[in-house]
Amino acid sequence: MTAIVRVEDLKKKYGELEAVKGLSFEVEQGEIFGMVGPNGAGKTTTIECLEGLRSPDSGQLSVFGLDPWRDRSRFVEKIGVQLQESTLPPRLRVSEALSLFAALYPDPAPGEELLERMGLSEKRNVAIAKLSGGQRQRLHIALALINRPELVFLDELTTGLDPQARRSMWDLVREIRQDGCTVFLTTHFMEEAERLCDRVAILDEGQLIALDSPQAMIRSLERKKCVVFELLNGNAKQQLAAIPEVTGVEINGERVSVEGFGERFISSVVASLENGGAEFRDLRTEQPSLEDVFLQLTGRKMRE
Amino acid sequence: MRGLKQLALITFKLYLREPVAAFFTLAFPTMLVLLFGSIYGNEPAAIFGGRGSMDVSLPAYSGLIVGTIGLMSVPITTAGYREQGILRRFRVTPLKPWTYILADQCTNLLMTLMGMALVSGVAWLLYHVQFEGQIWAVLLAVVLGTLAMSALGYIIASVAKGARMAQVVSMVIFYPMLFLSGAGMPIEILPDSIRRVSDFLPLTYVVRLMRGLWFGDAFSAHWIEVGILAGITVAGGLLAARLFRWE
Repeated sequence: MTAIVRVEDLKKKYGELEAVKGLSFEVEQGEIFGMVGPNGAGKTTTIECLEGLRSPDSGQLSVFGLDPWRDRSRFVEKIGVQLQESTLPPRLRVSEALSLFAALYPDPAPGEELLERMGLSEKRNVAIAKLSGGQRQRLHIALALINRPELVFLDELTTGLDPQARRSMWDLVREIRQDGCTVFLTTHFMEEAERLCDRVAILDEGQLIALDSPQAMIRSLERKKCVVFELLNGNAKQQLAAIPEVTGVEINGERVSVEGFGERFISSVVASLENGGAEFRDLRTEQPSLEDVFLQLTGRKMRE
Repeated sequence: MRGLKQLALITFKLYLREPVAAFFTLAFPTMLVLLFGSIYGNEPAAIFGGRGSMDVSLPAYSGLIVGTIGLMSVPITTAGYREQGILRRFRVTPLKPWTYILADQCTNLLMTLMGMALVSGVAWLLYHVQFEGQIWAVLLAVVLGTLAMSALGYIIASVAKGARMAQVVSMVIFYPMLFLSGAGMPIEILPDSIRRVSDFLPLTYVVRLMRGLWFGDAFSAHWIEVGILAGITVAGGLLAARLFRWE
């Protein structure tokens, strides 16, 4: 794996406020790299330094071996960007936006194909003001891909979208990566980072507090797992308590909750129930999430 | 230079789709022609050197159009684009600031020429105004005036904090200038003391140059106006390019 983004001891202050207090990390080619953290954690400042929109106070930044601030003109041709606080002229039409951005690059991707891929073909002649939030974000993605970039930056791509639009956005991001493009995104939705990213950097108050794959972070919690179900016949307490991975069984009427640990915990519980002829329904597992990782690391909950 | 043609084309289309901007550039000057034409007509009068009121007003309306574009529409649009993050999005593309300004200026020129063509057409049809100059000279003056006033407009856009502020500043600068420069009404009907004030207003030189060339003066007869407008274009343009901010 080659690192295409290198950040070393990045610092940025706004007046007295230290937005970023010495960040170091690398992004590898072909991954979906996510930066999560509460509002004000320094995510947008970091991504904007990497996009060449802000100059860092100190530290080393390199993207494809270029300095985003000093080598801007070569740098911008190789990246695609979706900005958090940015719009296009409201009366501009979708196809016009694409042809305008295509005209800015030496070897643009075919606009029609991009529209097709983003599901915007039918909106070709619609003014940007008349698009829904999700459609507008898809247009911004299309514009970010128009120069066939090797790296795209997506800043808070799904903020303000409904859950369904958010999910379809995740599929789009995965497709972008499948086409060989590296994705650098920020989000304040822990679930999004967990589902979408290969590796996640958790930021809090301008500092990097964790960097790993979401699965590894969650595993490292060594939190007990929990299975909850409704038992319709008999009493399975003793039988469940006998499973080696089980550490506790709690029964509340029909509702049973079983706590335990280990890779085979859930399958052991289910196997035990089925062997004992128990009838159960609505079985679900409660697993720790990145949210719990953040809670463990900071002692605070992430506000969404 | 890449993207210039496309950007100019789209900027022009967007201008036409903006009802307020199109109204002030195209409809408002035409309304003035109809209004003052119906009040004063175009009978030859001694105060206008034997020409009619409309004859002398028409070239002055170019000052109205040029000023509306350069001193109102340029700063308001540019500051608005900055505030909405539109310029910021352009900043992460290979688009250069001067390509952006050049494309914008193409639109400004086109709109000015459209506005001029419209008022002249209406005034010619209804009031049979006289044109005694040379077309190329008048066109050149329109270009020079537009470049000079827009240079000031870009400076206003960069200095003002936010789109609202740009709007207020533009209005405070433009409206008095409109009446005192002779653009809105013939300078001859203003008292002497006000005419002296007009010497300090950039728009006055657009109006004087246009009126001169319109009635057949040579450029050389207006070297002061040309010099001042060229100076504003160059110095203002440099300052505007220096002050230009994407965000």
